[in-house]
Amino acid sequence: MMKRRDFLIGTGSAIAATAALGMPYLARAADKLKAAWIFIGPTGDMGWSYQHDLGRQAVAAKYGDRVETIKVENVPESADAERVLTQLANQGSKIIFTTSFGYMEPTLKVAKNFPNVYFEHATGYKRAPNVSTYAVRFYEGRTVQGTLAGRLTKSGIVGYVGSVPIPEVVGGINAFTQAFRKIRPDGKVKVIYVNEWFNPGKEADAAKALIDQGADIMCQHTDSPAPVQTAEARGVWSFGQSSDMAKFGPTRCVTSNVDNWAPYYVKRVGMVLDGTWKSTDTWGGLAAGMLVIPPFNKTVPQDIASEGYKVKQAIIDGTRHPFDGPVANQAGEIKVAAGSNMPDPEILGINWYVQGVEGDLRK
Amino acid sequence: MPRIKLEPRAQSSRLMTYLSPLLAVVLTLMGAAVLFAILGRDPLEAYRAFFIDPVSTLYGIGELGVKGAPLILCAIGLAIGFRANVWNIGAEGQFILGAIAGGGVGLFFEPLLGPLTMPAMLIAGALGGLMWAAIPAFLKTRFNANEILTSLMLTYVASLLLNYLVRGPWRDPQGYNFPQSKPFDGYAVFNPFFTGTRLGLGALMALLAVVGGWFLMSRSFLGYQIKVVGLTPAAATYAGFNQKRVVWFCLAISGALAGLAGVNEVAGPIGQLLPTISPGYGFTAIIVAFLGRLHPFGILLAGLLIALSYLGGEAAQISLNLPVAVVGVFQGMLLFFLLACELLVRYRVVIGAPAVQSIAA
Repeated sequence: MMKRRDFLIGTGSAIAATAALGMPYLARAADKLKAAWIFIGPTGDMGWSYQHDLGRQAVAAKYGDRVETIKVENVPESADAERVLTQLANQGSKIIFTTSFGYMEPTLKVAKNFPNVYFEHATGYKRAPNVSTYAVRFYEGRTVQGTLAGRLTKSGIVGYVGSVPIPEVVGGINAFTQAFRKIRPDGKVKVIYVNEWFNPGKEADAAKALIDQGADIMCQHTDSPAPVQTAEARGVWSFGQSSDMAKFGPTRCVTSNVDNWAPYYVKRVGMVLDGTWKSTDTWGGLAAGMLVIPPFNKTVPQDIASEGYKVKQAIIDGTRHPFDGPVANQAGEIKVAAGSNMPDPEILGINWYVQGVEGDLRK
Repeated sequence: MPRIKLEPRAQSSRLMTYLSPLLAVVLTLMGAAVLFAILGRDPLEAYRAFFIDPVSTLYGIGELGVKGAPLILCAIGLAIGFRANVWNIGAEGQFILGAIAGGGVGLFFEPLLGPLTMPAMLIAGALGGLMWAAIPAFLKTRFNANEILTSLMLTYVASLLLNYLVRGPWRDPQGYNFPQSKPFDGYAVFNPFFTGTRLGLGALMALLAVVGGWFLMSRSFLGYQIKVVGLTPAAATYAGFNQKRVVWFCLAISGALAGLAGVNEVAGPIGQLLPTISPGYGFTAIIVAFLGRLHPFGILLAGLLIALSYLGGEAAQISLNLPVAVVGVFQGMLLFFLLACELLVRYRVVIGAPAVQSIAA
């Protein structure tokens, strides 16, 4: 016991010493704006959290000495999130980005206790005077993918590995299918949900099952490169998600839907520095640069690639809408009439499949 | 070539048996200092961030209880079973079922039950966990099925059941299809005891479980039976102890305690049902039970230590920019040293034992 007590006394005096020595450092650090991020996974996941962390690094590079960035990885979407957010706010973070949907309630709860701290919640729908929300119009990229897939497929069957059937994912499947069936009216999209965002094993199994059912196009709305790798091994075209997955499918990965959070993060942190931050809802896509589609694989035939680029440009220009009518549901009922587009609120809350998607959506 | 062999000690030192967890903690701290130094951080500053900063405020101390309570509740139940060689590995599943059963009462019967909602939720939560643990108990006593496998596999069933409920029938109709229930409301919310913290009923129940567990194991005939069944099953049979009853009791009590932890977690700090309500409390509780040497008071300390290591890991990321993997390495070292110390207390290393002897053995 003696040993432990000695140890504690030693630690205590050492702490006092470091505290005294640390004073000038702390005084300097206080002038910096503290910006914090919390992540659902490790930032080395090469997908969702990795892309958000690139945005954090862009903030650090842009503002240099004026901003100190802090990150906390692997924060579970349970009781732990509220504590981490409280600790960040207590330690002087001025703006906190919560980068997963499951942080919605903890973000709102903590925001209520810290009215002078700004919170930014990704992909959620609840806001407050000091809570903004932001998301990417992922579905815009799906229209480009669906067009390319329609030209590349032989079997007319697409395999789609989904994470969870929330509107963001369902909307992506629908946008893909709409574009796909403009070229292949008989085409089918088969979906398997793995009920997780990052699980390479399950994602690979789902991809294999879909290819075994005749799919010659592999699409995914999960974060690991496993479906792209599986498709490469089986000689099937694929589309990556979250980050540029070209290196995982050197000959068969057509392109990826890449989230680019950097412009948004740089802008929002800048607004805190200027004192112009206000609670908003941002939903940016290709035109805003929040969604990026890297150049297509060289193995894609030239005429098909140029058609894909045209669709991408049309979406940026606003001459093409991913949900331009007519849009029919699985039963064939027209939900969006010819000549009109699906309005944003409906895309945000969509809970039904368009015609051409196979399987039931649990309601 | 020198041979290295482990030989059981004729008598292990009683003092060392108690000191070995403490020794493991000290060794871990020394190992951590090396790790921090390699990462270019001042070890003392890192210790402070890891172990002192997280509990330097009232809120922080409360959080220690919030994080530790479910670990302790689950571990107390598990330890009772482990003493009797009943290996319930499925506390995680029983935790989830407790949350489902208790949470279901809170979601759908709160208007009907009024002020009785909270006790009803607690009873339902305990029963939910108990029923889930009763399945391995039945399979063990009726078919002699290995409870390690059955209880572990039922964890995945429980997790999928919760997933189904929050994505399907129990989904919040105002929730844009996101997998979550409505937030608990009115009497179904377990409020914290003190403002400024999140410490509530869960922590109180964990303390009661520690005292209750101690009384059961040290002061009751049932506890004596449990220990005899665990140490020498043959003697237990000879003494006429009903071993099946012990299996049933151990699984029931550990299931009920895990279920209580589950309902406290969702009705307290979380406030609604979500697909993930536990970051692995039921599994970490196994570590806590052994770290506490299967003794209720040891478990109390072990639960708080493990909880502190999580809090410290978060704090170290916030204030020192240490990567999250360091937390995993740190916890791994703690377990490694713990097992190593325990092994060396019970066995001694013999170097250079003759080859003949080992062939004979």
